[in-house]
Amino acid sequence: MTGATWGRPRYSCSAQRACLRLTISEEAAQIGASANELVERKTHELTMAADYDDIPGTTVFDAKRSRAGYHLNMFCMSLLKAENREAFKANEDAYLGRFPMSAEQRKAVRARDYNRMIELGGNIYYLAKLGATDGHSFQYIAASMTGLTQEQYAQMMLNGGRDIEGNRSKAEWAKKNG
Amino acid sequence: MARIVAGVAMSHVPAIGAAIDNGKTGEPYWVPVFKGFEFSKEWIRKLKPDVAIVVYNDHATAFSLEIIPTFALGCAEEFPPADEGWGPRRVPVVKGHPDLAWHIAQSTILDEFDMTIVNKMEVDHGLTVPLSLMCGTPEEWPFPVIPLCVNVVQYPPPTGHRCYMLGKAIRRAVESFDRDLRVLIFGTGGMSHQLQGPRAGLSNRKFDYAFLDGLTKDPEALTRIKPVEYLRESGSEGIELVMWLVMRGALNDRVEEVHRFHHIPVSNSSLGHIILENR
Repeated sequence: MTGATWGRPRYSCSAQRACLRLTISEEAAQIGASANELVERKTHELTMAADYDDIPGTTVFDAKRSRAGYHLNMFCMSLLKAENREAFKANEDAYLGRFPMSAEQRKAVRARDYNRMIELGGNIYYLAKLGATDGHSFQYIAASMTGLTQEQYAQMMLNGGRDIEGNRSKAEWAKKNG
Repeated sequence: MARIVAGVAMSHVPAIGAAIDNGKTGEPYWVPVFKGFEFSKEWIRKLKPDVAIVVYNDHATAFSLEIIPTFALGCAEEFPPADEGWGPRRVPVVKGHPDLAWHIAQSTILDEFDMTIVNKMEVDHGLTVPLSLMCGTPEEWPFPVIPLCVNVVQYPPPTGHRCYMLGKAIRRAVESFDRDLRVLIFGTGGMSHQLQGPRAGLSNRKFDYAFLDGLTKDPEALTRIKPVEYLRESGSEGIELVMWLVMRGALNDRVEEVHRFHHIPVSNSSLGHIILENR
């Protein structure tokens, strides 16, 4: 394996390890750590992720999402300028072509699928600029992510918002949905 | 010697700015919201602070993913309102207070807080909505403002404890400034709200009330709230509440709560508001 690691991430996640078909000890050797140290680091990484990944219907904009969504979010950022909003509205595909985004990200933008954009690394404060360019209220965007109509969503808010009870963990959502 | 005389905290929901700018404050939806600030407008008019420090977060306006400072202090002469996608708010340009701002930057850095110094910055609704709520629609804002931006967009934001300790460092900085200034500090953002994903619209009245109680009586307890607890209990954007702890840290241990207001909903959020005077 030595000599062939150039260009590969020095520290790969388990999914990448599966692709590369490395054993834990091979991967550990690549980064100059013992197998035990590597397992400890991975466990730590998992623990770090686990504490908020259990929150249902919520995507925390952490390092991995920020990295995946960089160009998607910077596209949205560009819409703060009036002339860019005009150029985007005039020809969406041509404008999106200026940003090195993935095909999935482009597709999600074209579909205005906010949940999908978030899955692909979008952050809501950036995505809101796309909504503003479309002339949509923030409540319109929020409703679109919840599966409610804007009227239903507005009514839920008037009734005091989405209750925290039953909405704390994925387990609670699993139970609710049978 | 300059001193901090009081602290005020409130949500900074952008729809409030839009309601003011588009003349909708008399509509039934908005009447109760602005009623909650009638006392506050009178209070701040009487207080006449010489300068205000406004702790808020930039919402991908002045900062993007290119540069993400955890704490950034506005040291410029002035801060124009930003275009956030629908044209800039028609509110006065925010005048800074470079003398005190630079002093706070130097003092907090030597106090081991690694402050980013900002000499050019446009300010978004996070800063201008609280000014509108407290001061209405004047020709000029009645006092100069020192913006303090806290990153709460990119995870992780600074912890509540760190924010509280920064507040204490800001107080030391203000008290070592050799001019007699009465300083008001704003903590903004929150309260419970979630703007993204299938759980959007979350609100947690119990959490908000406990947070308001804690601010007055036991802020140290609030500094122990972990990031994941904010995310889970107060929603993914409720974590903005750490900025209220900068304000609280800058006050005396003993404060008097002179006003409190809580209202659901404002757009997608629970709105909270509190005024604390040093005792």
